Amino acid sequence: MAATQAGMKRFYVLFGVLAVAGLAVLGYLLMRPSTVSIPANVVVQPSDTSGFAGYVKGSATAPVEITEYADYQCPFCQTFATLQMPTIEERLIKTGRLRWRYRDFPLQMHPFARLASHSAACADEQGKYWQQHDRIYERQQEWSGARDAAPLFRNYAQELGLDLGRYDSCMESGKYAGRIQADYNSGVALGVSSTPTLLVNGRLHRGRFDSDAITKLVDSLTRTTAR
Amino acid sequence: MIHRMAAALLSLSGLFISAYLYLYKTGKIGSLACGTGGCEAVQWSPWSRVAGIEVSLVGLLGYALLLLLCLAALQPSMVQRREPALLLAALSGIAVLFTIYLTYLELFVIHAICRWCVASGVVIVGIFILSLFDLRRLHRARI
Repeated sequence: MAATQAGMKRFYVLFGVLAVAGLAVLGYLLMRPSTVSIPANVVVQPSDTSGFAGYVKGSATAPVEITEYADYQCPFCQTFATLQMPTIEERLIKTGRLRWRYRDFPLQMHPFARLASHSAACADEQGKYWQQHDRIYERQQEWSGARDAAPLFRNYAQELGLDLGRYDSCMESGKYAGRIQADYNSGVALGVSSTPTLLVNGRLHRGRFDSDAITKLVDSLTRTTAR
Repeated sequence: MIHRMAAALLSLSGLFISAYLYLYKTGKIGSLACGTGGCEAVQWSPWSRVAGIEVSLVGLLGYALLLLLCLAALQPSMVQRREPALLLAALSGIAVLFTIYLTYLELFVIHAICRWCVASGVVIVGIFILSLFDLRRLHRARI
């Protein structure tokens, strides 16, 4: 009986040591700093933009251009991107009636917005900007509450078949921080204060942003241009 | 009794492995320590979920259940009872079958091996073997 009690005591000591060690490792992993961060408010150099003025889709000869200033972590931008954009794309962009320009406007309150913008910019290097853009918005709920969103963005890149070596070095360099800041600064200069904000043919447009309203707007502007 | 103690320690190890994978999948701990890169391919494959539930979460709950069962089986009133050993063998046996299915997916469908999944597989097979030894002990004692 005494031997059994001694055995149980040894077991509980070993069990306790293992439990504490395991919890300590998990605790450390939960507390360690984020793997990649993109600096905010950097001084923009001319080389940061090199003529870049947003990501564009649609015909160069489309009569109407809409510039969207958006934040990947903004819930309204997410709803717009996932619910309205597919219809806008089918009805207006693919038919050559509208050109869409996306510009980053990462709000300070969203800790992963810049990281998301940078991830999409790195995907752009490999010709998959819009795919990564769409995936980041589609899975916003998954990463916005994460402690570190960088590995999740990396996984999206992997799912899209990006060269992860190139993607990783792009993310670690933070090379597009200046370009993202330049986008943000251009939005501020135009009076953008919230997201998503649309500029229709260069004019700040406030109001409803659903696909029907945008279709009516494009129809009206197209008629005006035709006259 | 030594088998139940060892099974409890293995269950605790399995619990930590599953917790690690689940925290990774939910973006709570950053990158995964995995030399081959196969862990990420497996963790982000469509087979990383079963009926909409993360496999790592299934593992977490399963190991928690096995751990509670092992600890209960170590209580003085239960040590010589057959029921906990039978239940442990049945549950770990089901888990071994599930692990074989997941390993098949890794090898022949996903074509990537996750070292942490292999570690979990070793743990669950160990628990199953220990539960069989425990049953043999009880059988020999004619319990």
